[in-house]
Amino acid sequence: MSEHGGVWVFSENKDLMLELLGKGSELANKLQAELAAVLLGYNVKDQANELIAYGANKVYVVDHPLLKGLYAEPYTSALTSLVKRYKPEIILMGSTKRGKELASRLATRLETGCVPDCTRLWVDEKGVLLMDRVVYGGNAVATAVCRVKPRIATVPPRVFERLEREERKGEVIEVDVEIEEPRTEILEAKEIEAAKVKLEEAKVIVACGRGVEKKEDTRILEELAEILGGQVGYTRPLCEDRKWFTEWIGLSGHKVKPALYIGCGISGVIQHIAGIRDSQIIVGINKDPEAPIFEVADYIVVGDLYEVVPALSAALKKLLTSG
Amino acid sequence: MPKILVCIKQALDVAELKIDSATRRPIIVGVPRKISDFDKNALEEAVRLKEKVGGEVVVITVGPEEAKMALREALAMGADRAYHLRDPSFEGSDTLAVSHILAEAIKKVGEFDLILCGEASIDSFTAQVGPRLAERLNIPQITYVRKLDLKGDTVVAERSLEDCYETVKAKMPVLITVTGEINEPRIPALMAIMKASKKEIIVWTAQDLNIPKEKVGEAGSAIQVTEVLAPKVERKRIVIKAETVEELAETLAKALIKEGVVGR
Repeated sequence: MSEHGGVWVFSENKDLMLELLGKGSELANKLQAELAAVLLGYNVKDQANELIAYGANKVYVVDHPLLKGLYAEPYTSALTSLVKRYKPEIILMGSTKRGKELASRLATRLETGCVPDCTRLWVDEKGVLLMDRVVYGGNAVATAVCRVKPRIATVPPRVFERLEREERKGEVIEVDVEIEEPRTEILEAKEIEAAKVKLEEAKVIVACGRGVEKKEDTRILEELAEILGGQVGYTRPLCEDRKWFTEWIGLSGHKVKPALYIGCGISGVIQHIAGIRDSQIIVGINKDPEAPIFEVADYIVVGDLYEVVPALSAALKKLLTSG
Repeated sequence: MPKILVCIKQALDVAELKIDSATRRPIIVGVPRKISDFDKNALEEAVRLKEKVGGEVVVITVGPEEAKMALREALAMGADRAYHLRDPSFEGSDTLAVSHILAEAIKKVGEFDLILCGEASIDSFTAQVGPRLAERLNIPQITYVRKLDLKGDTVVAERSLEDCYETVKAKMPVLITVTGEINEPRIPALMAIMKASKKEIIVWTAQDLNIPKEKVGEAGSAIQVTEVLAPKVERKRIVIKAETVEELAETLAKALIKEGVVGR
């Protein structure tokens, strides 16, 4: 084995953990280093073999009642102890909201840096880890390096692919560490009703913005989405200002990459564009010929969504059923 | 009565940012700055709490000379006192270094019950300074808060997470980061602006805070940004035009079918 301290991955989200292993294994191969997963929780030992099947050479397990549910203090203390004992060089952590605050606390306790929400991670010819992230409200991508070890990066869901599940060999190491008590207490958790199909997985998204005057009017967009077998998405103002919905597309919300995105009555502020940039085809429908969404659109329709959308539904219905 | 500290950042107004099309580099010079959106929500929440239960609101920022404007605005919104942490050695600080500066200043300000921050800044959006500061001050944090209540010596906060709204309780002192959902920040009236102009802004330098140069600025930062570029936009930008809306719709529908992005 090389002298490299290794690449570690951690997320409380199981799917994201596997995606981190996918990226981590690529980095570890390049660096000729070991890939380890960190498994924290209570009664979680039996999940270790699954992590090996998805690429981990080692799994460090801390199984403890205080790790049931992700609280910042116990998780930070467990991770800190592990890092100090085994000295990894790179740690990839899941960019969930819980994961991000944990990464920030961990990085501070270790007096190191953390690059959040990485969209690209790679190692250059000198073996330096480079990390890309979106900055300036979606206007630009910054590339960063971390001068202190361990280098911590957080990675959002669905950015990287998991490996194929295979029978692989790996080592499970159970570790005893001191764990701090949590200093917050969860009183209640109200589940947010999730859309039937996740927006991130939708093939077609019909999105609406402030150009839609009344909440009932989103029905015409739902009809179009239905014909296309897609989902309806919303902009942040419809959720935060008008309180019609709770989940939006954009930099601070869902980042989507459908084959087809149709933006209706959306001006296209940069924060929204940051959430749709990876769409294969972008259509913009807006009354304002100067709407910024047109700058990133493949098809530009200057017109009233109340006329264009129903007409498009009708045209598609006709063409798709006759063909 | 609670003493509430609010950390604000004078951020780049990213909506005003332009890109140099030749180099794809953002043009930072001349871009206006403003109090970062969620920091304003944090400030508004602090002032509302004060109006409800009394206490004091202290606002703090790290930034160059012009960041004074952000503090003036915060005072006009209802903060009682302002601290401006300003030193040439602070420039180029990452979140590791900024949280160090803030922590040292807060220790010097003295006892507090609550620290409020925005969930993230509009320009760099790391969402790190809040939790890093909580770690440095060795206090708990509750992030992404959309509803906040004080009950005696405890806070009860509702967090907006990906899959749930989580109600969390913690004993003060505690650090809270807020989302844009929590309130609608007020626009200060002229009288408030006039009154604020008479309030004092206390400036503290690295020396005042006993912060050595190697702990802040580029020297004290772990993260080094090597390049900032706008993403390439390669879109077709085909304008669909027609006499009637029906023709227009049909042209667009056919184009989309030809692209292979609709239908079977």
